[in-house]
Amino acid sequence: MVPFGGYDMPVQYAGGIMAEHKHTRTAAGLFDVSHMGQVVLQGADAAAALETLMPVDVIDLPMLKQRYGLFTNANGGLLDDLMITRRPDDIFVIVNAGCKVQDIAHMQAQIGTRCEVIPQPERALLALQGPQAVIALSRLNPEVAKLTFMTGGFFSLDGIETFLTRSGYTGEDGFEISVANAEAVALARKLLAQPEVKPIGLGARDTLRLEAGLCLYGHDINTETTPIEASITWAIQKVRRAGGARAGGYPGAAVIDKQLLEGATRKRVGLISTERVPVREGAKIVDADGKELGIVTSGSLGPTVNQPVALAYLATSHTAVGAQVFALVRDKRVAMTVTTTPFTPHRYYRG
Amino acid sequence: MTTKYTPDHEWINIEDHEAAVVGITHHAQDALGDVVFVDLPEVGKTFAKGEIAGVVESVKAAADLFMPVNGEVVEVNEALRAEPALANTDPLGNGWFFKVRVSNMADFDELMDPPAYDALLKTL
Repeated sequence: MVPFGGYDMPVQYAGGIMAEHKHTRTAAGLFDVSHMGQVVLQGADAAAALETLMPVDVIDLPMLKQRYGLFTNANGGLLDDLMITRRPDDIFVIVNAGCKVQDIAHMQAQIGTRCEVIPQPERALLALQGPQAVIALSRLNPEVAKLTFMTGGFFSLDGIETFLTRSGYTGEDGFEISVANAEAVALARKLLAQPEVKPIGLGARDTLRLEAGLCLYGHDINTETTPIEASITWAIQKVRRAGGARAGGYPGAAVIDKQLLEGATRKRVGLISTERVPVREGAKIVDADGKELGIVTSGSLGPTVNQPVALAYLATSHTAVGAQVFALVRDKRVAMTVTTTPFTPHRYYRG
Repeated sequence: MTTKYTPDHEWINIEDHEAAVVGITHHAQDALGDVVFVDLPEVGKTFAKGEIAGVVESVKAAADLFMPVNGEVVEVNEALRAEPALANTDPLGNGWFFKVRVSNMADFDELMDPPAYDALLKTL
């Protein structure tokens, strides 16, 4: 067990990180992610209000669709990343554990007069991830199989009421299930009773999301990184960019619109090595002459890729796919190549 | 008594003091988890007791490997370099790290015997 975001969390169960990682990629893994913050925004003005905090199209988000969101600060830096789902009676938001107190305060302070910001500490969150997740979950309710990636709905799972979405943080098909705390253990037991399902700890959650090329807040993104630098401009819909119908109107819009137009001086990229030594967070990246280019923000041996993989911020001059750079590990140079992410293909179910 | 232990959870077997075998304990491999990389010392290099002689890396962490006694490295385990998981599957056998010529037997005598190491493990 380790402290994480104010919670004691299991790094791994009996099988170990490698086995848990591979199990999730081939069968189905159950993650207890109840430490994350669940919040609902109520009121007719909730979507429009939430839009004032991020460069993301919330107003046009269709019913029961889910979207990736970003809270920005006045400099265009990232206060948090989050998931947003439109439901019939509210907007349902899931934020990072380590940010939830400040996120809730931020929403209450900035949009609390336009909508009701209601934290849901009475709800737990379970993620069921992997190619066989849908087989396992369908036994509790066959209707879940009809969902496609980034859509959700209210489902009774063998008698337990839940709200779930077909999404996750592993790059695999899967579901994130919001359930009342009082029924969370019973639901977890029902899921673990399925032959495809094993419990997965934080360690494999990190290697799975890293191979999937997904950012970890506080490491790959933070208040000092803009969405352009972080290479997540896909999260900014056209309607919110300069020239769009609802351009600007959120913190840092001037910086973000300028960078969307002109680019940034550094950018987050994927790096892969043909050597065996893991390249970890904090490793410096240099060019052939030893000139510093940037720093690794996440890195490990990718258990599925079976090579060291990393996310790093590099000077834009060296971010082209195929560029050769070197990571400094204990003062030794490790050759790495800039590559596209994800490192392992996403296998989302799009119908 | 030919095997002793360090507080850093390494073992050294001194059956042949010209080539005493060094590895990590069950407890160390269990705490590290899946070992994916080892950085072994250069053969012929001399280290003082307690100096960093190598590195062992798992998916979750990198840990230094300390020299348990003063001595010269006479052999490293190439099989372990090729298959680091041996440190998990057979830490006391085929998962050994390197062999060292012990310059002073008193260094060995200062290390923990099995009952003392077991007692240390119980305090963790």
